[in-house]
Amino acid sequence: MSNIGNITNNPRGPKPKRVLSRRNIFLYGTLLVIGLYYAVPLYVMVMTSLKGMPEIRMGNIFSPPMEITFEPWVKAWAEACTGLKCQGLSSGFWNSVIITVPSVIISIAIASVNGYALANWRFRGANIFFTILIFGAFIPYQVMIYPIVIMLREMGIYGTLTGLVIVHTIFGMPILTLLFRNYFSSLPEELFKAARVDGAGFWSILFRVMLPMSMPIFTVAAILQITGIWNDFLFGVVFTGPEAYPMTAQLNSIVNSTTGVREYNVNMAATILTALVPLSIYFISGKLFVRGIAAGAVKG
Amino acid sequence: MASGRPNFLFRNKTAKIAAIPMILTALFVFVGGTAWTVTYSFTKSGLLPKLKWVGFAQYDRLWNTKKWLVAIENLAIYGICMLILMFLIGFILAALIDQKVRFENTFRTVILYPYAMSFVVTGLVWQWILNPEFGLERIVRDLGWESFEFNPLYNSEIAIFGVLIAGLWQGSGLVMVLMLAGLRGIDQEIWKAARIDGIPTWKTYILIIIPMMRPVFITTLVIVTAGIVKVYDLIVAQTSGGPGISTEVPAKYVYDAMFTAQNLGQGFAASTMMLLTVVIVVIPWAILEFGGTKKSV
Amino acid sequence: MSYSVEIKNLDLRFGNLKVLENLNLGINNGEFLVLLGSSGCGKSTLLNSIAGLLEISDGQIFINGQNVTWAEPSERGIGMVFQSYALYPQMTVEGNLSFGLKNAKLPRDEIKSRVARAAEILQIEPLLKRKPAELSGGQRQRVAIGRALVRDVEVFLFDEPLSNLDAKLRADLRVEIKQLHQKLNNTMIYVTHDQTEAMTLADRIAIMKDGYIMQLDSPNEIYNRPTHRYVAEFIGSPTMNFITGTVDKGKFKSSLSSFSLKGYKTIKKDFSGKVGLGIRPEHIEGGAGASKCSVSYEGTVEMVEPLGSDTLARVKVKEHLFWVRLDGQFKLSAGDILPIGFEPVNAHLFDANTDLRV
Repeated sequence: MSNIGNITNNPRGPKPKRVLSRRNIFLYGTLLVIGLYYAVPLYVMVMTSLKGMPEIRMGNIFSPPMEITFEPWVKAWAEACTGLKCQGLSSGFWNSVIITVPSVIISIAIASVNGYALANWRFRGANIFFTILIFGAFIPYQVMIYPIVIMLREMGIYGTLTGLVIVHTIFGMPILTLLFRNYFSSLPEELFKAARVDGAGFWSILFRVMLPMSMPIFTVAAILQITGIWNDFLFGVVFTGPEAYPMTAQLNSIVNSTTGVREYNVNMAATILTALVPLSIYFISGKLFVRGIAAGAVKG
Repeated sequence: MASGRPNFLFRNKTAKIAAIPMILTALFVFVGGTAWTVTYSFTKSGLLPKLKWVGFAQYDRLWNTKKWLVAIENLAIYGICMLILMFLIGFILAALIDQKVRFENTFRTVILYPYAMSFVVTGLVWQWILNPEFGLERIVRDLGWESFEFNPLYNSEIAIFGVLIAGLWQGSGLVMVLMLAGLRGIDQEIWKAARIDGIPTWKTYILIIIPMMRPVFITTLVIVTAGIVKVYDLIVAQTSGGPGISTEVPAKYVYDAMFTAQNLGQGFAASTMMLLTVVIVVIPWAILEFGGTKKSV
Repeated sequence: MSYSVEIKNLDLRFGNLKVLENLNLGINNGEFLVLLGSSGCGKSTLLNSIAGLLEISDGQIFINGQNVTWAEPSERGIGMVFQSYALYPQMTVEGNLSFGLKNAKLPRDEIKSRVARAAEILQIEPLLKRKPAELSGGQRQRVAIGRALVRDVEVFLFDEPLSNLDAKLRADLRVEIKQLHQKLNNTMIYVTHDQTEAMTLADRIAIMKDGYIMQLDSPNEIYNRPTHRYVAEFIGSPTMNFITGTVDKGKFKSSLSSFSLKGYKTIKKDFSGKVGLGIRPEHIEGGAGASKCSVSYEGTVEMVEPLGSDTLARVKVKEHLFWVRLDGQFKLSAGDILPIGFEPVNAHLFDANTDLRV
């Protein structure tokens, strides 16, 4: 393997390796090839969204646009048609924002208090309820959806964004509570005990001791929730009507229910726009995102 | 002291009050909702829920409906293939990255970003790539292979595999991340001992490391399975269940029955069946994990 | 004379950080060599380099006359025992012992006999069918040693093998390791931060600091003639007491007192300069006998630590604090006046600038 002639009689120092060794070729080669599987679709999406329709009909999806145009993007945002209305994705975007922001805030607020209560204040029945909550995370939503529909109807908020916010809060609780409970459990118990000895109660310990130390976990929870809620589709279509559709549902309407000429470039632009928020969060948060899913998934 | 030492009762009370949302949710939504749906699956509910008992009639009808049978078959094919391929690809990627490659962050970013996107987005992108007119098939044909056919979404026999490609693209990043975390949790000295013993790397992975990662594998299995059973958004976006009914899945059957076909009874029966599938997987796992010692759940 | 293990001009860098620099070391056949030092001194790094688990930046390593610098760990004729035992958790003890041998495609009978021999030496025969999780810490460590034994090698490497065990177990296993060495007579290289282990087990100790070997000598020499102040302070518990002062014409002058150094064996004749004078707590007389010593002071007892076998006293003389080791039956309390004294022959002088023995 080495071609260092006479020196092999008396090796010294680090073993000579070729950068292009068999191992490296195999390793990086495999990673690169598999990596293409993941990278290419994004590339295709972007390229398609920047082409004019004539160019699309002509060419293949891998070629970069000969003439870059942002018209598909404008159309997707402001003029694309869902059924009868042609107002683009913008309304869906704002709907998603109105749905996501309160849902994230409320679900995190409740789950963090829950997790804190479970981690530090043991009371009878706590573990049973928590187990039920966790099982709830696995139960297919379809099994619980109709009763919730009835409940919201009775409350008069079926079909409104408020109803959807409540639904997201409910279904976000299992994983978030688990996340917070594990985090608060991992904090040194001495801090909590010291605060108790000082006479602090449930809420004051939470706000003055626990929260200031919890920035990382709140960030992770926010990332998980924003991504999950923004990307949701099922709850969106069940609990709202086309007027109040979140971006994902609207996107589906635009692309899959057009009759006549399908404008693939507009569709791709619309798709990218919908993916933009969670993708940006992903690219910005990097390692925290990974921590989030690992923490939620691997139970301690 | 600022405030008096809280007495025993008061302490628990505050915690209990604070946990009310969780308790309410657990009881009403999860337990109550599930029980309600299962109960009503034994009734003759059509447009509206009706408490008219019909025994197993809904289930009978369900299992005699072609659409449902296709849905179950699709779920089985999709599920098994997804599991095998996700674990294979996910673990291999994790093992490769674990070899202290450079640019780990870049690779991870590229492999994982699809997970950050909605299933709707995934479905639409792959619908586009698998488009016979402009997509993969056209490109390969343009390159010279005139008779190349890669048109899964228009072929009822194999349409489900088109969905599989998309689902794999989206989900394998998650498996890779979990496997990598598991690999990193392995004591480095085990690797050293294996090197001293002269065990080649591949053998070390298969005979020593993977058996040590059993808990991670099991947890990942449960999570992935729970996700597979729920698959809905992807189908709706990529194929709308077509061509025909060849990519129907149980979740879509439920939705259509409940909200389009105005056949609640069927919807309840179908969702109860979905519940059963998940229960069959999750309960044994839960017993394994938490059975015996009731340690910190 | 040929060495069992020889290291020449070893350099090891992690990026820009130099961990080991120009290190030379020769270990004799059948020798029990201990690498001793606190965290970060490079002892584990050195051991892992010898094992071939770490790549070196420059230099050569020879084992039994063979240049193994580029050889794989399994080809170097070594066996290794780790701090966390690193037993393969899914295999039985028997499986653990035979796994490497099976991989090397040794004949079945050979494997069987080697495993049986190792099990007999380490007295783990009844454990062969059990899995590591069912074993105690001490048993696991024996199995780990067994895994190295079956390799039928000349050199054994130990990486802090007793650090994970509690004190009593540590003492027991220490004896067993010493007995093992007496029985097998293999070359053993042992890394630890515990000086008791080092002193009791070693034929020679290499005290390491910041990647350098400060002194390589028998335990006796290291205790009685430390060549560097660091070595002097490292060995001995409680640590050696020090008085700063100057030496001139055979006399030691300090803020405490001045006295003749007659009896002290100086390396350099007519040395003069600033020094630190060290005296071990066990070489200081306390009480009645102190006045008979060449150097004596009257001190106030600040604190007493009764150990049963000994009594340790912290004694203040002017601004100097001394640790003194007295007999366990000596009755003493804080505030007492205690005369203390020592002989210069028991002192150790170190140059204040170079910290080298004078």
